[in-house]
Amino acid sequence: MRKVYNKISQISGNVITVNATGIQNEELAEITSQRGKSLAQVIKLDHEEVSLQVFAGSRGISINDEVRFLGHPMQVTFSDDMLGRIFDGAGIPRDKGPTLNENMIEVAGPSVNPSKRIIPDRMIRTNIPMIDIFNSLVVSQKLPIFSISGEPYNELLARIALQAEVDMIILGGIGLKYDEYMNFKMVLEEGGALSRSIFFMHTASDPIVEALMVPDLSLAVAEKFALKGRDVLVLLTDMTNFADALKEIAITMEQVPSNRGYPGDLYSQLAARYEKAVDFDEAGSITILAVTTMPGDDVTHPVPDNTGYITEGQFYLHHGYIDPFGSLSRLKQNVNSPKMSRKDHRAIMDGMIQLYAQFIETEEKRAMGFRMSDWDKKLLKYGGLFRSKMMDLSVNISLENALDLGWEILAECFTPEETRLRTELIKEFWPKK
Amino acid sequence: MNLTTGTITGINGNMITVETDGTIMQNEVAYIIKGKERLKSEIVRIGQGTAFLQVFESTKGLLIGDKVEFSGDMLSVQLGPGLLKQIYDGLQNPLPDLAKEFGFFLPRGVELKPLDEEKKWEFTPTVKVGDTLIRGMKLGQVPEGIFDHFVMLPFNFHGEFTVTEIADKGEYKITDTIAKLKDEKGTVHEVTMTFSWPVKIPIEAYREKHVPTDPLITQTRIIDTFYPVANGGTFCIPGPFGAGKTVLQHILSRYAQVDIVIVAACGERAGEVVELLREFPELEDPRTGKTLMERTIIICNTSSMPVAAREASVYTAVTLGEYYRQMGLNVLLLADSTSRWAQAMRELSGRLEEIPGEEAFPAYLESRIAEFYERAGLVELNNDGFGTLTIGGTVSPAGGNFEEPVTQATLKVVGAFLGLSRDRANARRFPSIDPLESWSKYKSFIKKRLVDDARDLLRRGNDVNQMMMVVGEEGTSNEDFQFYLKSEFLDSVYLQQNAFDEVDSGSGEERQKFVFNYVKKVLDTTFHLENKDKAREFFNHLRQQFIDWNYIPMDSPEFKSQEESISKIITEYSEDEKGL
Repeated sequence: MRKVYNKISQISGNVITVNATGIQNEELAEITSQRGKSLAQVIKLDHEEVSLQVFAGSRGISINDEVRFLGHPMQVTFSDDMLGRIFDGAGIPRDKGPTLNENMIEVAGPSVNPSKRIIPDRMIRTNIPMIDIFNSLVVSQKLPIFSISGEPYNELLARIALQAEVDMIILGGIGLKYDEYMNFKMVLEEGGALSRSIFFMHTASDPIVEALMVPDLSLAVAEKFALKGRDVLVLLTDMTNFADALKEIAITMEQVPSNRGYPGDLYSQLAARYEKAVDFDEAGSITILAVTTMPGDDVTHPVPDNTGYITEGQFYLHHGYIDPFGSLSRLKQNVNSPKMSRKDHRAIMDGMIQLYAQFIETEEKRAMGFRMSDWDKKLLKYGGLFRSKMMDLSVNISLENALDLGWEILAECFTPEETRLRTELIKEFWPKK
Repeated sequence: MNLTTGTITGINGNMITVETDGTIMQNEVAYIIKGKERLKSEIVRIGQGTAFLQVFESTKGLLIGDKVEFSGDMLSVQLGPGLLKQIYDGLQNPLPDLAKEFGFFLPRGVELKPLDEEKKWEFTPTVKVGDTLIRGMKLGQVPEGIFDHFVMLPFNFHGEFTVTEIADKGEYKITDTIAKLKDEKGTVHEVTMTFSWPVKIPIEAYREKHVPTDPLITQTRIIDTFYPVANGGTFCIPGPFGAGKTVLQHILSRYAQVDIVIVAACGERAGEVVELLREFPELEDPRTGKTLMERTIIICNTSSMPVAAREASVYTAVTLGEYYRQMGLNVLLLADSTSRWAQAMRELSGRLEEIPGEEAFPAYLESRIAEFYERAGLVELNNDGFGTLTIGGTVSPAGGNFEEPVTQATLKVVGAFLGLSRDRANARRFPSIDPLESWSKYKSFIKKRLVDDARDLLRRGNDVNQMMMVVGEEGTSNEDFQFYLKSEFLDSVYLQQNAFDEVDSGSGEERQKFVFNYVKKVLDTTFHLENKDKAREFFNHLRQQFIDWNYIPMDSPEFKSQEESISKIITEYSEDEKGL
């Protein structure tokens, strides 16, 4: 049932309107203009008026260009042949490899029945102490990296991709700079991880509507692999670009904006993507790490704000450190209990952070020129050691070694009682001199 | 009866426009017929020959011209024995049954029966032929787990009814007729153990609503002692993300001393619900010896499930809560999060092109929120006896800013405000309820004067701390410094509670009274401490003793010995004892 129309009645932004009948909601169409072919998706139907968003943008589309409806919603290929390949936001290969159009699957499928989910309890070790000890990454977790432009978030993402214990990686690039894209490719290639990776890459120079498709494509493919029993890590960077693309379309469609121009359904739109993270009962899993840059370093900006409410915690990347305060892994309790991890794990995690919080206060007092008490001096020493030995992103040690290191740092600065740790743990773990 | 039908003329996201010339009603349920699928939807606005419907499912693949059937009923839930232990979606579809039939993913356009119609229940009649009843009065009862489930005269039976037939004691299915009653005009009505009720209409089949007074024991110290909640009252928990709203809700659902807990996971993470539904069947309820699941109903419409059903889920939950309240039980409804429900209203309002209010929320936001919380209450039943429904809602304010419309509208109508603070959460002080900002209009089981004293001390300690930020420790008097240390002490040993420790996570009324007494003693005592370092050392030591105490079960012998050693420290350093 392929219908062809060649009368476009309206072009506004990247949205075109055609008069047509028998068109499904969210159906795909192909538009042939002098610039070539582009896909478009139905986003609104009103009697015979069909509004479509054009993936390649509306530039150069003439009102009598051909619009051919394909009779199905957005699809993407799925097979093991995808490993090591790079696709664009429309699902078309952007490396020089062959086109894959076997075994097409639907994107943005239905959501998982909550009663088929299981409580995730497997830690994904990264050998980064700020993650492993303080905010453990857990299978099926969805976690954004909140950051600002200029911070090494993509480097961090690439390092996690290399070191994380997972079966495969799907990288969704949204509005990525070309050199960042090449950098990811290079790092994964050098680390020998490219053959277990799939890229869906939308660069800053590609049409904006394709940015919207990248998370859906990445997650649809990830879901199929997860159902086959694989543990998949999906990396998305940068979701703020995705939200901005949503905003652009919403404004074009004359929707009432809710907050700073973003559409009222921003939360639901983001949630529909992030909630694809899952640990299937008797199958594989999807874990999502997504970069969200905060415009103006403002966490109350609608994009990081809505994201924070959806995701299971967040990593703040500030001045090259993973900030121990804002950062949070909500699933860490599932993997750091005495049963699942070393029994001092939680105590070290809480104790060290509480002391670090006091160090920050002391540092402020010092900056204002107050006299430092003995306690203040201890805190200052502690803060310095904590920063250089734990927080530095170049530290690359296993969880157990990191915990031992924690005790050493505490013993170097404090008496056991000052740490507020439980007496029984102190008896067992306090380094003997 | 001929059902009204119509055809789709417009599709915009989850809103469709339908042309029809039949009789339709506001909030009526309609089904879009798509092959075998029947997509549930609700009328939200009626125009000239057109109806605007919000669809509870994905509208992908719908066509202009698709047929729509109107049901003649408002959105309703089915009430009857068998609701407990269930896990429903926002429209009362049992999720485990869906999983059995359809696997990993939620199918579209499918409705399953919310209650098992094959199961037999042991019915015992409590009325006899000739008795006169009004709605909500008991006809008999069936055992449902640990409760006696009342079989009541349906709430839509207005007027007086006389029993003409009543089933004998025995086993019946919920669809079996168990009584026949004659109304004032002489018409005979048949009654089964189940009936439906429209979710958006409050159940008012009771004699009178009273002012809630009895405290609801949550076993969380900062709530019970400082900012208590009453059985039949309302409270809200606003907080930015990461402040521990959901953890607090889980703690409440687990430790609250009520009969029935209904958890409405409204537009939040699926993972959080999974924790409940995997853990509750394993956890023992210390009050009954049965699992926690026996007293729980979970309504689950997570963030990736269709938005329109999110709005319905809150109403479904409150209706089930009211139903069990009618049986003289204490019911606690926890809605997480009401902001997602408000956002669902906003999305719909936007699609209807209504004039937006603040932050694009619809103008009727406040009245909808007020209506919802007003469904809580302590009621005197038509059968004598009392039942309560307590509603606690979390609010997820955009940017953590409490000035936003949903928080403000909620604060106007609730009886207790448990505001969560990001600073406290960042400093790992849990539960992160802000002890200076929060308030409650209900009464605690600890004397008000004592609590007020403790709160004043917290405020004073905070002032001293603020001042120290400016003038430094050396510019602070020893006396003030002790206030500061005392407030920190109160915070760490009493306000904070370790949710992951078996003993500390739930602290009963008796224990709270006992420990608070000691904490208060520390706060009221002036200690003889020469300088600030000594003072800090002393309080560190005392704090350690108290925290260790918190981890010891109250009925163990160590509890007593720890108490004695604490007593000793207090006496030793007390100025009064030394006669100074």
